[in-house]
Amino acid sequence: MKKLYKVYTGLILFFMYMPIIVLIAFSFNDGKTTVWKGFTLRWYVDLFRDARIMSSLWNTLAIAILASVIATVLGTMAAIGINNFRGKKKILVQNVSNISILSPDIVTGVSLMLMFTLAGIAFHFQMGFWTVLMAHITLCAPYVVLSVLPRIRHMDYSTYEAALDLGCNQWQAFRKVVVHELMPGIFTGFLMSFTYSLDDFVITYFTRGSSFQTLSIQIYTMTHQRISPKINALSALMFIAVIILMLIINFRDRKEEKKLGERA
Amino acid sequence: MRLKKPSIPYIAWMVIFTILPIALILYYAFTDDRGAFGFQAFINAFGYTGVFLKSLWIAFISTLICLVLAYPIGYFMSRQKKSVQNVLTMLFMIPMWMNFLLRIYAWMTLLQNDGPIDTMLSLLGIHTTLIGNQGAVILGMVYEYLPFMILPLYTVMSKIDTRLIEAAEDLGCNRLLVMRKVVLPLSIPGIISGVTMVFVPTASTFLVAQYLGGTDDLMIGDVIDKIFWSDHNTGSAIALVLMVAILIFLIILNLFGDEEAIAA
Repeated sequence: MKKLYKVYTGLILFFMYMPIIVLIAFSFNDGKTTVWKGFTLRWYVDLFRDARIMSSLWNTLAIAILASVIATVLGTMAAIGINNFRGKKKILVQNVSNISILSPDIVTGVSLMLMFTLAGIAFHFQMGFWTVLMAHITLCAPYVVLSVLPRIRHMDYSTYEAALDLGCNQWQAFRKVVVHELMPGIFTGFLMSFTYSLDDFVITYFTRGSSFQTLSIQIYTMTHQRISPKINALSALMFIAVIILMLIINFRDRKEEKKLGERA
Repeated sequence: MRLKKPSIPYIAWMVIFTILPIALILYYAFTDDRGAFGFQAFINAFGYTGVFLKSLWIAFISTLICLVLAYPIGYFMSRQKKSVQNVLTMLFMIPMWMNFLLRIYAWMTLLQNDGPIDTMLSLLGIHTTLIGNQGAVILGMVYEYLPFMILPLYTVMSKIDTRLIEAAEDLGCNRLLVMRKVVLPLSIPGIISGVTMVFVPTASTFLVAQYLGGTDDLMIGDVIDKIFWSDHNTGSAIALVLMVAILIFLIILNLFGDEEAIAA
């Protein structure tokens, strides 16, 4: 029985990874079709020479960093405040977060597009970098609230009061005690925001206007036109980036567990 | 510390970027292109009932397949050593973080005519078209969202006390009975969050059907995308109906969960 489970899990993992591995394998193929024509690195060279892809990459990173930092600040502050709300008000505020998490991406996308179009007419601006940034902050902030809230509930307020008694002013006590205690939750929220923003296609697609490009949009344009092995090269590099990010997070979690273990 | 003020920026942000856009969708859905109140948009939207039901059906089937495939994995993972659990979690999360378009593109490469799978099948004497049908779309969806089913199931199941399972075994339950009487009732919250996390995006997805199904009027998400750019009113009406349908589905799902919790 146990063996059966193992074989089955192995099969599902094969199902998950096989397409990615095939995709990466063809990034080294010296031919445009899926017939093997020999090893080459030229698709990688082409990729780095493609100015549009490179600028999309910078746009994607800029949006992801800004959106996740702003969403983290907004969300953390919100979580601290929400925790002090009581009764109906608290439920109301939490439900607003839930609406945005549960409503389908495409609805969020088109509804924001409607608003930005109208606002654009009223205030004379066009959709682009700023509208995508605002949309991404909206996408990410509720996840920060969700990951920080449980930490606050388990926080011991007496340490904050102790810091005040020991001569910290309110800001110092907040920074050194509250932020310190909440840090793991804040960091998780930040990482979630960063990855959601990096990975987003649908919301960017509807709020980007006509000329702003991110990597997802670039991939969309490339896959829609015709099959180019440059996409495979890009996939390979992104896959490696994901694995590195994952290892960093896992390493951090381990360290945290160890710390908690030592404290106990 | 009774701070409520820090949550004000977040609440303001969410009102402007979540509530207001949804209000706009409502407004557009109930007006015509000259801004007069009416139901014309819904009458237009009614023409897409077939696509709408089909999307919900495809989402339902994909969710069901995900649940069936993921359940044994969640259980298997939850009964492993902590270190094995961490590695498996990571292995299932990595593909989730690959760009969604790239993952669909990978299946396009695999399934295309004269692609790797097609070639292999023809060697075996099987000649068939793998891409451009409903099966390929469902395959793509299952691939896309399987980790979103596995991870919540695993999280909930890892909290089931092994002693409960052992007790049931000692009291004469066979494996099947242990599953039905102990594991299944206790894993209901995991099933609910897994089904939510798969059903909501699959019901509203777009592009998957365009890439793997070879058609842009199979899924309602593609229809919204196609219509919205030219007709905000009909697009809004469809988006609104989709949102309400998903909401009703979630409410029913959660009612079911509450009843189960009481019965258990």
